[in-house]
Amino acid sequence: MTPSLSGVGIGRGLAIGEILRMPDPLPEPSDAASTTTPDAEKVRAAGSLAATAADIRLRGDRAGGAAKDVLEAQAFMAEDPTLKDDVDKRIEGGKTAERAVYEAFAAFRDLLLSMGGYMGERATDLNDVSQRVVAHLQGVAAPGVPTPDHPFILVARDLAPADTALLDLDKVLALITSDGGPTSHTAILAREKSIVAVVGVTGALALADGQTVIVDAITGAVTVDPSDAERAAVQTTLADRAAAKDVPVGPGALADGTLVPLLANLGTVDKLAEAVEKGAEGVGLFRTEFLFLDADKAPTFDEQKAKYSALFAAFPGKKVVVRALDAGADKPLHFLNDEPEENPALGLRGLRALRANEPILRDQLRAIATAAAEKEADAWVMAPMVSTVEETRYFTHLAKELGVKTAGVMIEVPAAALLADRILADSDFASIGTNDLTQYTLAADRLLGSVASFQDPWHPAVLRLVGEVGKAGAALGKPVGICGEAAADPLLAVVLVGLGATSLSMSPAALADVRAELARFTLEQAQKFAELALSANSAVEARVAVLDAATPNTQSPTESEK
Amino acid sequence: MAERTLTVASAHGLHARPASLFVQAVANSGLTVELTKGDKTINAASILGVISLGINHNDEITLTAEGENADEVLDQLAEIITTDQDA
Repeated sequence: MTPSLSGVGIGRGLAIGEILRMPDPLPEPSDAASTTTPDAEKVRAAGSLAATAADIRLRGDRAGGAAKDVLEAQAFMAEDPTLKDDVDKRIEGGKTAERAVYEAFAAFRDLLLSMGGYMGERATDLNDVSQRVVAHLQGVAAPGVPTPDHPFILVARDLAPADTALLDLDKVLALITSDGGPTSHTAILAREKSIVAVVGVTGALALADGQTVIVDAITGAVTVDPSDAERAAVQTTLADRAAAKDVPVGPGALADGTLVPLLANLGTVDKLAEAVEKGAEGVGLFRTEFLFLDADKAPTFDEQKAKYSALFAAFPGKKVVVRALDAGADKPLHFLNDEPEENPALGLRGLRALRANEPILRDQLRAIATAAAEKEADAWVMAPMVSTVEETRYFTHLAKELGVKTAGVMIEVPAAALLADRILADSDFASIGTNDLTQYTLAADRLLGSVASFQDPWHPAVLRLVGEVGKAGAALGKPVGICGEAAADPLLAVVLVGLGATSLSMSPAALADVRAELARFTLEQAQKFAELALSANSAVEARVAVLDAATPNTQSPTESEK
Repeated sequence: MAERTLTVASAHGLHARPASLFVQAVANSGLTVELTKGDKTINAASILGVISLGINHNDEITLTAEGENADEVLDQLAEIITTDQDA
């Protein structure tokens, strides 16, 4: 049988290829007494720390983007004055520069590891800087990514930013790490650069150079030494996916012709052109708060009207859903709520904060309504984080009073999803924010790395809530949109349509994949997938069940190998 | 001696990128700046010190500095701390 390893997949990529392992780390420097003077050792240490900082900064400049920020932080670690003091103290105790550097970094690393979670994952950064400084002191090459002249799948314990930044994307087919979670640098950079990756794979370090593996980020499976049939299946899937990308831009629709408008999530008017080019049929979520985050007071009616006019002008006659200012746990607006709160995600945020500052809400609604009337736009306005029927009535009545034609609410709180039949009776439409709905359903802070594994919209509990809203929308003839990361996951998008979503909104980059996936299935199939996902016990089971059903021609390795 | 007590605005607290920006600003100031959270005080130019304090969103911290333009420097640093660098 074919052995299979598993971990947490990042993204939806698939790859097959030969393995190369990261070289083993440098051996621990020996604790022999220094044969020179402490002053001489201090000069050596200072020189290598500075040289390493400069080298890391250079890599950062070459890499750019998120990698540059991470590498900049690493350069500061090499230049850290507190660390330097500790190194000098150890040298005065008779250590060599190598040993003193090694011990000083190890002490900080252990401190970070003991703090766990996000801090623990930063320990990899420290190990990497430590190794580079010691390598410089010893005059040997810094450990790093192999650079062969053929494509390969890289296997490592965990990749440090300095490694991932310089990965040759034409050569690296996929990444497999034995350590590191979904918030590790490997995961973050793999997401940003669309590298196929599976992290936290137990047993990955037992793989040998030259072995062939299949890496499937959707299931998190790493298939070792695959059979001919498995190899052929991967090639077919890769070819299908490449062909699917060529589906021409057009209205989003299922295979049976059921229209599912595909809209864009936008936070600034600058991204409008990109959204139009990628085939967005409108805007499903325009986040107004990002226009005003830098402001320490509420934006005026005129300032707002000018921005909304630019937005509506870009989508003449198209649907544009504007969300009222959403002060959130992750994006505070000081003019809305400046009180420190113990649990901001459960605090005075969303519509609650707007209601406490009604003049600001009135200004915004008037500005949107006026701009929409001038541009003859199909402007919809929705309130963020609505929990009750009473809040729904408050918002929709106020919006209508101020000239808004179509007023709705976001469903992000389980209470609102459960009472969707009553909420939709007082609302023109609903839009489900899956990120917050998942956070509140699973009681896991979406900003906290240590509970990141709970933040999975495939969870059947989340899907059941989406289904409640879908049912209510169908019964009352009201549109139910999805605006959240979930809509950008092509297969999950099909499930959401099966649960009753009538439109999907996502970042423009995701539109092509979702459009192609929707075109593969009928509404009946989507509803079948939804049933399968709802009856699963976990997010992983739901994903696997739907994936199996969606690929009838290729037997799932997990089933056939048992 | 100049002193400022501030609330951290960045959504992920003073980690990674916001920490780098802050430490860089401290280093550029040329002054010795101390950062206190709770009962722990560290050299604010030390990124490892800053990270190891585990400073989170909405945490209250105090900055102190001595020197000719200490007030001006602390105002600049306060700006970084009270702006959401993760937005």
